[in-house]
Amino acid sequence: MPRRTMIEAIRDAMDVSMARDERVIVYGEDVGFFGGVFRCTQGLQAKYGKSRCFDAPISESGIVGSAIGMAAYGLRPCVEVQFADYVYPAYDQIVSEAARLRYRSNGDFTCPIVVRMPTGGGIFGGQTHSQSPEALFTHVSGLKTVVPSNPHDAKGLLIAAIEDPDPVIFLEPKRLYNGPFDGHHDKPVTPWSKHELGEVADGHYTIPLGKAAIRRPGSAVTVLAYGTMVYVAEAAAEETGIDAEIIDLRTLLPLDLDTIVASVKKTGRCVVVHEATLTSGFGAELVALVQENCFYQLEAPVARVAGWDTPYPHAQEWEYFPGPARVGRALVETMEA
Amino acid sequence: MADAGMLRFHVPEPEVRPGGTPDFSNVTIPKAGSVPRPEIDVDPRTIRDMAFSIIRVLNRAGEAVGPWAGLLTDEELLEGLRNMMRLRTFDARMQMAQRQGKTSFYMQHLGEEAVSSAFRKALKPGDMNFPTYRQAGLLIADGYPMVTMMNQIYSNEADPLKGRQLPIMYSSKEHGFFSISGNLATQYIQAVGWAMASAISNDSRIAAAWIGDGSTAESDFHSALVFASTYKAPVILNVVNNQWAISTFQGIARGGSGTFAARGLGFGIPALRVDGNDYLAVHAVAKWAAERARKNLGPTLVEYVTYRAGAHSSSDDPSAYRPKAESDAWPLGDPIIRLKNHLIHRKVWSEERHTQAEAEILETVIAAQKEAESHGTLHAGGKPSTRDMFEGVYAEMPPHLRRQRQQAGV
Repeated sequence: MPRRTMIEAIRDAMDVSMARDERVIVYGEDVGFFGGVFRCTQGLQAKYGKSRCFDAPISESGIVGSAIGMAAYGLRPCVEVQFADYVYPAYDQIVSEAARLRYRSNGDFTCPIVVRMPTGGGIFGGQTHSQSPEALFTHVSGLKTVVPSNPHDAKGLLIAAIEDPDPVIFLEPKRLYNGPFDGHHDKPVTPWSKHELGEVADGHYTIPLGKAAIRRPGSAVTVLAYGTMVYVAEAAAEETGIDAEIIDLRTLLPLDLDTIVASVKKTGRCVVVHEATLTSGFGAELVALVQENCFYQLEAPVARVAGWDTPYPHAQEWEYFPGPARVGRALVETMEA
Repeated sequence: MADAGMLRFHVPEPEVRPGGTPDFSNVTIPKAGSVPRPEIDVDPRTIRDMAFSIIRVLNRAGEAVGPWAGLLTDEELLEGLRNMMRLRTFDARMQMAQRQGKTSFYMQHLGEEAVSSAFRKALKPGDMNFPTYRQAGLLIADGYPMVTMMNQIYSNEADPLKGRQLPIMYSSKEHGFFSISGNLATQYIQAVGWAMASAISNDSRIAAAWIGDGSTAESDFHSALVFASTYKAPVILNVVNNQWAISTFQGIARGGSGTFAARGLGFGIPALRVDGNDYLAVHAVAKWAAERARKNLGPTLVEYVTYRAGAHSSSDDPSAYRPKAESDAWPLGDPIIRLKNHLIHRKVWSEERHTQAEAEILETVIAAQKEAESHGTLHAGGKPSTRDMFEGVYAEMPPHLRRQRQQAGV
């Protein structure tokens, strides 16, 4: 099976979708001729023409707002916001319009759009190229929120998102674009070509939205993670020697609660990890759900490891980023509690 | 100067406030028939002055004059008059129903009936409007049933939107009427996106975007103009300037640009101003813009100069911020009276027939209201089920909503 980077897998997902369905339209800033600043759309304009893949003005509300109109017409736009940090001008269009169109019109109009955006830090991007805003979307009824952690999933989830009848926020952890990053920034990163999840089948396949994956089976403690933090958690388990069961949520909403609850009931312990800021983060929702569903099986308080509640700093990137040392400490403390 | 070097902050004010005498002497009204009608493929740079004039067809004598006249037959004009009368009567009854507690909220069109009623007749079936809350004339002129509108207003058991939306936030794809958001300006760029999609699909249908004077200040208005200009989208960009954004006079959103139409000039979009209380002028300009869109000539921005004679909504009291007699002083008059006078001038209508038509329309509106009320009003009779509250958030209900619906016991 061919190995692909996450960038290539995402590009392949759009390629496959555009070939299968002429309603699929791809656009965004620098997306057309150049193929995107991360090159996720490279070659699509040459292959499908300027009507189906084109450059947009620097206007995120314009990009998403026009996509909503296209979806209401009957197309299936898959648009790119250059960085998740730039999505806020489009927030009104996403929250008040895309998310509610089906509901408020009782299905008279629907909004099958995908808004792709690179998320997360680890690239010295400072506060404007590092944020993880997923909780701003999971809080909104009517949206689906997806965070893939590897090329295989990225392709299957993106095709599923494009084919989904409702708006999907597709957050691509940019630190994973070229390889699985475990937080050890001082060590070389394994490229996807050397990782089994870099295996990406040709052609069409989907991974259903709302299904988690168990990345590392274990019996001692459940770790709930997504995106880059899946690899940080794997490193932490390895380095502490704790037999953690690591669940890659893949889709935050709809959430695969059954997989989470089954695991925590088995281990009796749970650590929740995300890169986004702690307070009101998606981890708070996860902790509440674990508490509601597994209270009598819990042997220890559910721990959270997250970004500090500061803007994402520049020079202090690795003090901010919740790396394997912090996750490892939380695993040890949860085991000792 | 004593204050040389000291900066001063400028806040525009309307000419007159409550207690003052209404004064529109600063509003320059060109003579009917005086503004030329350019070819639709005109170079936008050569008609920039049209963004500062007002296209008018009906003169004070009730005659249709000039190059924009002569597009509509007697029958079409009579239908237009009836549609505006229907809208006004509908508004009066629904405003009263709101006062009677039959619904929570209402927004009327008083004085602005010509804009949406005449515009609709310039479109073809399949074209899509992205309206604001004051274009119900689009529905009435297209034959959408009043009973269905009332069912929506009452949020009753027959409400096509299942009680999920505020009153008057209609939706009808079949009648080319996009779901009204209630948020401002968001629909403007969506209309451009719809038009882009139509062009991408090599379709022949066009879109119409709607916005009020106040909301042109929103960034979505400007992104819509950029996208429409860049991609030459087949869209008509309508700005209804009814002088008032709740209590804020139009000068606050307009700033120093002179007119709202002038906003189009920097984008290279042909921009026309039209007498919004002149049914014939509105229709003729809309038709011109629609033809441009259909012939791949791109967007047109149209500013309808009108006056919101009523309150902003059922929750508003204009006497707190503008003179009571201001609407009577409005120099472009009343759209229904003007079309009525024109039809009388054409000898196809009379005061007697008008009075008779008013009575007939009132009767049909009351009959529709009775039928709607048999399905319930907001606080009495049939209403959408609690179960409906959980439906339709997604195409397929996700597990967390199923759990919550169970918790709600429905």
